[in-house]
This record gives sequence, structure tokens and C-alpha cells, in this order.
Amino acid sequence: MTDWTAGTAAVAFQHCPACDAVWYFARGFCPHCGSASPETRVASGRGRIYAVTTVTRAPSPELRALAPYRIALVDMEEGFRAMMHAAPDLAIDDAVQVGFVRFGDLVIPRRHRLGDRA
Amino acid sequence: MSWITGVGLTPFGRLDGRTTLDLMSDAASAASAALADAGLRRDEVDGLITGYSTTLPHLMLSTVFAEHFGLVPCYAHAIQLGGATGFATVMLAHELVAAGVLRHVLVVAGENRLTGQSRDAAIQTLAQVGHPRYEVPLGPTIPAYYALVASRYLHETGTAAADLAELAVLMRRHAALHPGAQFCEAIGVADVLASKPIAAPLRILDCCPVSDGGAAVVVSRDRTGGTGVRIIGCGQAHTHQHVSTAPSLTSFGTAAAAARAGLGTRVALADIRYAVVYDSFTITLAILLEELGLAPRGGAGALAREGHFSREGAMPLNTHGGLLSYGHCGVGGAMAHLVEVQLQMTGRAGSRQVRDASMALLHGDGGVLSSHVTLLLEQAR
Repeated sequence: MTDWTAGTAAVAFQHCPACDAVWYFARGFCPHCGSASPETRVASGRGRIYAVTTVTRAPSPELRALAPYRIALVDMEEGFRAMMHAAPDLAIDDAVQVGFVRFGDLVIPRRHRLGDRA
Repeated sequence: MSWITGVGLTPFGRLDGRTTLDLMSDAASAASAALADAGLRRDEVDGLITGYSTTLPHLMLSTVFAEHFGLVPCYAHAIQLGGATGFATVMLAHELVAAGVLRHVLVVAGENRLTGQSRDAAIQTLAQVGHPRYEVPLGPTIPAYYALVASRYLHETGTAAADLAELAVLMRRHAALHPGAQFCEAIGVADVLASKPIAAPLRILDCCPVSDGGAAVVVSRDRTGGTGVRIIGCGQAHTHQHVSTAPSLTSFGTAAAAARAGLGTRVALADIRYAVVYDSFTITLAILLEELGLAPRGGAGALAREGHFSREGAMPLNTHGGLLSYGHCGVGGAMAHLVEVQLQMTGRAGSRQVRDASMALLHGDGGVLSSHVTLLLEQAR
């Protein structure tokens, strides 16, 4: 299963059938109990903004052309936290839905308000 | 037990033409100063601990420096722990000396972080503490990671950017009394709030500068000099690496590291007379002060405004100007904090001298408030 980090318009996460832990960064084992059989699942895309910033000073000339852009940490309804881009009107605690946008050479997840179109 | 028997510090800022090894040797001016200060010959130094340099990313920085500077140590080690490296190197020196393994450990750092690379290169190198697959492609920077923390802090405490700005104003006021500081021109809260936006809510005056500089200390088994400076406790905590996986953005490993160092058991918080706390950003300083118990939750800025952390205040803080105004050259940045403690405890801080520095609390963090080191230092007459 691929996700946005591999070019597919989806956010994936992992779940451990042995201990029920949930996490975002993919690996071949459960970081909580060590089980070697984690499941990879596609997230619903629904969540809530936990923290958000607007980056004005981008790290490279390529990204400078795209600035300012907003980066948020989103608490997803499945129980993991993920960094994504965010629409300009979003604030902490807003309920959001993931969409996907082009960012330089990549297609990345971007949050918009629940009910709005990406 | 161990003793800080010597310290050395270069000016921080733009030091044209100096390489990492120059600055470590200027940190050989720092190292030499430290050795001279401790009254030690080079062949008496049996341990050498360094950090890392982003402009000299060598596999073996400690022995590169040993050869360059003319040391033949029994033990050499280079530590990489981001901003926590400075205090982590000193903690390791303390543990090795206290265990009887070594007698005199030179801890030295230096880097031409400002003039040895472009500003973009520095910013991009530092941003790589983010996750290479799940964070870095989104275009964050170190200020952006800390801005996320700041957004949550302001949201939960009901404070404003103007409260954080008080800490930048305080560090600048302190730096004005140190001839080696990178930035000495006085600023006010309005200047901070009007400065260039970097990653909201952080503006450029909420962020430490990129600097050239070097710093060194000698950690010894036996005390030297009339006034001793003793390390009486060290502790670390490492709760996560990436900001996305932090258990909380409002409760970090600060208190756990401090407790492991003995704060609250061996040393009561009420006995602390002087503090140096890592201040890579105003938000860093606010959160660390509050989690150490040196300010109430959401109250660090207000205490700074009231003079609590000033030289004459109840808890003098970063009297050299901190990373925010003395400057930040990487590993040497936190070590400059430690140098200031030693100067204060030995009564050599000149116009910055505080009335009482008899017990000091030192705390540093690395990553995005992910790695923590606390040191407790005591003055012995």
C-alpha cells in the first residue's frame, strides 16, 4: 500500500493487531510491543488541527517561490498525529478533511475545513 | 563529583576566515584559555570530548581536533545530540571523572556556522532533524517546528506573542554588558513584534542568530583555584525525535531530566540562585523555564517583564545574553551558557556579576524539545 510519500493521494497509518497501538511513520514492526505484523491502513482523512504555523522564510530557493505556506499538526480520528499543509483560514481545534495539492514536484496532503472542497 | 576548573569563550558573530578547527583552536583560544585558566599542561589532559560541526562533518571530530591541537588523550569521544550536545558532553565528562576513569577532560566546541556556508545551507542542514519522509518534504524549518509548539502554547496558556517577546528583550539587555555578544543594540517588545516574520507566531527577533564561535571547559577530578565550581548532578531525558511524534507539545522531558539530576531531591528548587536555560527561540526559553518550575505556566514572559530574571532580580538568567543575543554557533552555544555560570560562580563576570550564584540550574534541549540535559552546579569556597 502506498501513500502520499510514494506518490499516491492517500494518508496511510499503521495498526498493531497484537496490542492495538496506532502510529504514523511506517516500519516493519510495532514500536510499542515489538510485534512483527503491523497492518497498514488508509486513513479517513478526518481530523482536528492541533498546532499550525505559516512559514514565511522557506528553506530553499525552490520552496521560496511557494511561500508563504501553512504547516499543521493534525490529530487524525484514527488516533495518530500527522504533519500536513493547511488552508489559510484554519486555526487550532478546527475540524478538517484531507485533500491533496501539488507542492513543487510533490503531491502532498493539505487540510481544508470539513465540508469545504480541497 | 567533578569540578569545572577552566573555561574559555570566543566572541560570537561573524568571524571571517576562521574554520571549524580554527574556532575549536580559537576554541583553542577557548581551549587554550580554558587550559590556562585551569593551570594545566596539555599532557595532563587525559580526556577529550567534542560535539559536531555542520561545516566539518567528519567521522572523527574529536581526534581530528586532538591531532590539530596537540593532544594525545587516553579517551576521545564526539557526541551528536543537536542543541543538547553542549551539556551532554559536560555530563559525560562528569560521569567519567566521577567514576575515576579520567582526571582532566577538555570539552571543546567551535564552528564557523555563519561564514562557513550559505544561510540557506545552514537552514536546510538544521531542518533535517525533521523526518525525511513525513516532514521534510512539506518544507518546514527549525523555526517552523518550534512555531508549531509556540502556536499550541499560546492557544493553551492564553498568552500572546508580546509575552514571548519579553524574553528576547531581556536577552538583548543582558548581551549589552558582554563585549563578545553578537547583538548588543537595545530592542523593545514593539521591535520584536515588528520584525520580519519567519514562521508564525515566531519573528526573526524570536529566533537565535547563526554565529561563528567557540567555547571550552575543563572538567577535573580535583578542584583548583580559590573558589571551586562543582558539578553535583546531571540528568537526561529523550522522549521523541520528531515533532509529529511528541507525546505532547505542552509537556516535554524537561522535568524528568531535572529530577534525574537531583532537582527536588538533592537540591531544592528554592535553593537555586542562578539559572542558564537554552533559548534557541523565545518559545524554547518560555517552555523550559516553566517546566523547570522557574516560572508559572504561561508566566515566563510576565516574570521577565517584571525584572525577575534580570541581573538584579530574584533569579538572574542567561546574563551573557543567551543564544538569542550572545549568539549560537552550534555546540558551543550551550557551552557559552556554562562558561557564564563558571564566571559568575568565581566572581569574574565583571559588569554582569550577580550578587549570589551559589547554586545554579542549567538546562538545554536538542531536536524539537526532544532531548533534554540538566546540570546542577554548586559554588564551593
